[in-house]
Amino acid sequence: MVPVCWRSRCASGRRSRMQKISVLLFLAWVCFLFYAGIALFTSGFLLTRLELTNHSSCQEPPGPGSLPWGSQGKPGACWMASRFSRLVLVLIDALRFDFAQPQPSHSPGEPPVSLPFLGKLNCLQRILEIQPHHARLYQSKADPPTTTMQRLKALTTGSLPTFIDAGSNFASHAIVEDNLIKQLASAGRRVVFMGDDTWKDLFPGAFSQAFFFPSFNVRDLHTVDNGILEHLYPTMDSGEWDMLIAHFLGVDHCGHKYGPHHPEMAKKLSQMDQVIQGLVERLENDTLLVVIGDHGMTMTGDHGGDSELEISAALFLYSPKALFPGAPPEEPEIVPQISLVPTLALLLGLPIPFGNIGEVMAELFSEVEDSQSHSSALAQASALHLNAQQVSRFLHTYSAAAQDLQVKELHRLQTLFNKASADYQRLLQRPQGPEAALQTVITELQQFLRGVRAMCIQSWARFSLGRMAGGAALMAAACFLCLLVSQWATSPGFCFRPLLTLMACGLAGTIVCAGLLTTTGLKLDPVVLGAMAAAGSLLPFLWKAWAGWGSRRPLVALLPIPGPVLLFLLIRFAAFFSDSFVVAEARATPFLLGSLILLLIAQLHWEGKLLPPKLLTIPRLCFSASTGPPRHNGTHALGLGVGLLLCIRLAGLFHRCPEETPACHSSPWLSPLASMVGGRAKNLWYGACVGALVALLAAVRLWLRRYSNLKSPEPSVLFVRWGLPLMALGTAAYWALASGADEAPPRLRALVAGASVVLPRAVAGLAASGLMLLLWRPVTVLVKATTGAPRTRTVLTPFSGPPTSRADLDYVVPQIYRHMQEEFRGRLERTKSQGPLTVAACHLGSVYSAAMVTALTLLAFPLLLLHAERISLVFLLLFLQSFLLLHLLAAGIPITTPGPFTVPWQAVSAWALMATQTFYSMGHQPVFPAIHWHAAFVGFPEGHGSSTWLPALLVGANTFASHLLFAVGCPLLLLWPFLCENQGPRKRWQPLGRNEAEARVRPEEEEEPLMEMRLRDAPHHFNAALLQLSLKYLFVLGIQILACALAASILRRHLMVWKVFAPKFIFEAMGFIVSSVGLFLGIALVMRVDGAVSSWFRQLVLAQQR
Amino acid sequence: MEVQSIEEKWPLSQTCIFIPSFFLENFSILETHLTWLCICSVFVTAVNLLLYLVVKPNASSKRSSLSYKVTRFLKCCIYFLMSCFFFHVIFVLYGAPLIELVLETFLFAVILSTFTTVPCLCLLGPNIKAWLRVFSRNGVTSIWENSLQITTISSFIGTWLGAFPIPLDWERPWQMAIERKYKMCTSLYVCTRHGASHCPQVWPISCTLGATFGYVAGLVISPLWIYWNRKQLTYKNH
Repeated sequence: MVPVCWRSRCASGRRSRMQKISVLLFLAWVCFLFYAGIALFTSGFLLTRLELTNHSSCQEPPGPGSLPWGSQGKPGACWMASRFSRLVLVLIDALRFDFAQPQPSHSPGEPPVSLPFLGKLNCLQRILEIQPHHARLYQSKADPPTTTMQRLKALTTGSLPTFIDAGSNFASHAIVEDNLIKQLASAGRRVVFMGDDTWKDLFPGAFSQAFFFPSFNVRDLHTVDNGILEHLYPTMDSGEWDMLIAHFLGVDHCGHKYGPHHPEMAKKLSQMDQVIQGLVERLENDTLLVVIGDHGMTMTGDHGGDSELEISAALFLYSPKALFPGAPPEEPEIVPQISLVPTLALLLGLPIPFGNIGEVMAELFSEVEDSQSHSSALAQASALHLNAQQVSRFLHTYSAAAQDLQVKELHRLQTLFNKASADYQRLLQRPQGPEAALQTVITELQQFLRGVRAMCIQSWARFSLGRMAGGAALMAAACFLCLLVSQWATSPGFCFRPLLTLMACGLAGTIVCAGLLTTTGLKLDPVVLGAMAAAGSLLPFLWKAWAGWGSRRPLVALLPIPGPVLLFLLIRFAAFFSDSFVVAEARATPFLLGSLILLLIAQLHWEGKLLPPKLLTIPRLCFSASTGPPRHNGTHALGLGVGLLLCIRLAGLFHRCPEETPACHSSPWLSPLASMVGGRAKNLWYGACVGALVALLAAVRLWLRRYSNLKSPEPSVLFVRWGLPLMALGTAAYWALASGADEAPPRLRALVAGASVVLPRAVAGLAASGLMLLLWRPVTVLVKATTGAPRTRTVLTPFSGPPTSRADLDYVVPQIYRHMQEEFRGRLERTKSQGPLTVAACHLGSVYSAAMVTALTLLAFPLLLLHAERISLVFLLLFLQSFLLLHLLAAGIPITTPGPFTVPWQAVSAWALMATQTFYSMGHQPVFPAIHWHAAFVGFPEGHGSSTWLPALLVGANTFASHLLFAVGCPLLLLWPFLCENQGPRKRWQPLGRNEAEARVRPEEEEEPLMEMRLRDAPHHFNAALLQLSLKYLFVLGIQILACALAASILRRHLMVWKVFAPKFIFEAMGFIVSSVGLFLGIALVMRVDGAVSSWFRQLVLAQQR
Repeated sequence: MEVQSIEEKWPLSQTCIFIPSFFLENFSILETHLTWLCICSVFVTAVNLLLYLVVKPNASSKRSSLSYKVTRFLKCCIYFLMSCFFFHVIFVLYGAPLIELVLETFLFAVILSTFTTVPCLCLLGPNIKAWLRVFSRNGVTSIWENSLQITTISSFIGTWLGAFPIPLDWERPWQMAIERKYKMCTSLYVCTRHGASHCPQVWPISCTLGATFGYVAGLVISPLWIYWNRKQLTYKNH
């Protein structure tokens, strides 16, 4: 039956449309605020650097001009003649500079300083005193982050590793950049490694011989060191090596376990002292010994940050033949740690790694035998020039590939390099030039190299605290705004106009400001500009909130979230600050979700909504506890809750373990079926997956049959009836091909390959066309009958399209008409008092949710295809548990008939929690190695060629499938209580006549379940409720991303920041973006349905008037 | 007044039961946890029964034939067992391991039943409807029920809170991968001295301790709460 007051609504249709547009605009603006905050924070926090895979080679000098003197013609010489043929690199993890610092023999007046770590490396001191021309101690400065893996990367590539080294390979830790080990291997030198097994991941297969020991257990001081000592001297004596690397971990582990101020540290350092002593005794003349600490440690023995103690490490060089022209300076020189890379490369006669930005330690290139200082300086200059050429080549290549270096600075450095290079060439023309000119060239080259390093550090390795704080503040303000406006939207006197005007004011003001700024010639980052725009447009709102605060708003109204939900949100907020909880989030989220569900049931019971009141009231007391009859009985709600818990637990079986917990075993069901060996098990699993697919399909169809109309001739319904099974069929066939592709007979190979390309694309295409159809005609209502002229013409228009539909029309119309007539006769007999019936519109009460469910199903199928086969079970569980949750929530949501409608906070937070839980149960983890890369090859088995956005889209859709589905489905939270409204009356009706119950037409005296038409009855409140719902959802997501950002910025010196917090932030940010877009689309879809319903009413009216 | 004085003695008498377990030889709550669980649940049950027999908070049943008493007792036992299984299922649904550590999980269920179901059975008898009434708004009719409500709910809350330390670093061998020592949790746990292999199984400990603390807190809070709210409490049965 057409609702009573549609006429007035028709008049206000335009206003409603304006409201819709303003809701969407406002949402877009709030999303923009969040995005601006995220972008600002990211630009300050995530230092990105592009990893170039170019390699230096012997044949290819780094720049024009002849190679320096002495290198041509010599065997084993590359860019420069090698000075050492062999190298022993002793890497003592966390060897802080002062551990190795020589202790002055204390003067009699002072008391001797006795700290456990001071003066234990006696042999260094002795060598420095006895052989000042053979050895040198430096204080090397490591670049933060001072974690071992990053340091190892720096020590071999000579670059500044940042968190995201955007290389070609996210999935493993192997270094893709040019590095010393690679250069040695390609020069045919034998590299022998012993020690920390981190190297195994970094340089897979690069060593001719390797002894790896687990670096796993921080409490174990001796396994690695003793393992090395067992092999060190025999290997060294065997002579089958050109480079020997020994990575000792004992000192580092001792620092972690006891701290540096512990007697154990003294023992450990003494042991290291003996090791060095032993090595020095065994060194031959052509061998260089390097003892280096990769980083230091704090007073408590930790490292990872950028404090002075953490970045200062010892570097000790020793050669059996004289290496240095002068005696060591009183105070050891300070050198950047990565200076070692070009120095070692040139000393060993290797090309400098392509991406190196370190500066050679010129001192080591002076000629010792040759007392002439001129040739010495010339040698230094040539080494520096080679280095500068290489750095300049790197800069050129890098700035062509990425834009993150400052252009102005780049120009300045380039001119500096050109000048220095020209000077150097001029010097080479006149070999006996003045000493001063040589010194100038050296200084210029050093200036260039240092300038490059400073520039790179500026853009790669420094947090911008201001940006981080600004971004976090912007996100916090946006959260606050969401809270505030969602609160306003629930108030009865809410109207949209002030929102828009405030927004427009802010935006206009900001645009004017930005215009002024650009006219004044101030060049600004787009990120900063966006953030300024966001902040500027936020100001009017904050001002209004401030004004409202003082006058009438009590404090309680600003915290509208009920206590328990607030507690849950707080727990969730706080959990992001502990890496243990972030790692365990996959288990913590189901726990919280289960608790929330049980709490909901308990609350319903507490408020007496579950049990009939007579059970709860005590006869002799006779107070009336409950208000109104319960909307659900207790067992029903309990059943829903237990079903939900069961679903969550089952979904938890598809769990991938984070790599931090090796004892945990990932679910074997996450792997694709193709990787299974047993034929029988594979078939069974395949059957189960297809079963899940069929069950999903059947469940959706069952739901649509019950709540909506599958008989409607609308194209979208037809698509649901025929297109969905087709999609399921395609998916099943694709799985069959994908899991059994290897077993296919050779004749069919081509067919199989073709089908595995076509099938996924066909399914995706079907889904897209289905969504298009849904958008085109979202109203799935079947108009059943008329009393006057045959208006079926308007109703059945969907059939008119291709000319063949005329026949359909001729066939269908009489049938429907006959059916209607019969039904009407029966009804009129029963309800005599009823007035003239006009239209019987089936399932008008569920138009919105029917469209939503159809859209979600259509979305789910392509996403399903991107996952491994067995994840389809999780998708089934997803639909099931969201259905159960919606039912359970509907029990607690009161229907306020005239509006304003509200969606309670517990519903929104449970929905957001469920999205996170499903993210984990689909086998994801917020770390890069856990990304399902194979999703990029679904439908593209041959790869993508050069395009990058398509694979990124596929992988993104795979990773954030649950975020997308739950965000699009968010409006169901608003719609479902109305949908459940008919359950009470339905029960009364069922005994009367089941076939009749399908029709929504009831006598007017009877209470008619309007269901979702209640929403349409109050379009203003409907739009306000949509706004409120989406703002609440954005708030819940927003505090998550805010917590991640705050955790990452506060704990930016935490050891786990790059392993746990930063990836979590990135995943959360991406998830937020996907969710907000999905939310926007979901809201827009509901509004589209609303518009379509309006026009449908209008058509009906026109037809009726005729 | 009389009832209130009993109310004040109640927590004392209940906390006493934790003491005897400490006289056992070679006993530590953490390392012989299961023994402690058994002892604790037996003692709490015994004290509850004793208190019930002494105080008789609802001495209303007139039909006190022997067979009635026996069936009632059997019913109580069945209810207790059922609640144990029910809690076990809930724990598994919450994420407790399904197959491994069944004994631990079940004993945890037993002790939670001891803290919650046994007092209910003592006070209300095997009568689910009465239980449901007590745990709803305005459903309380006596201070006994009031204290029952508070202790039960605080036991549940304690158990729930007890689950929170589980993901934290317990210094189990696999957690050594995390390079850094966590200061905040090491004090909670004292197994480093003996090496990782001597670490007791962690799973139900924090939850059972949480339940116990919650129960004790409930015992302490309920008389205080009743005392402070004595003006508002208007039961009609006294």
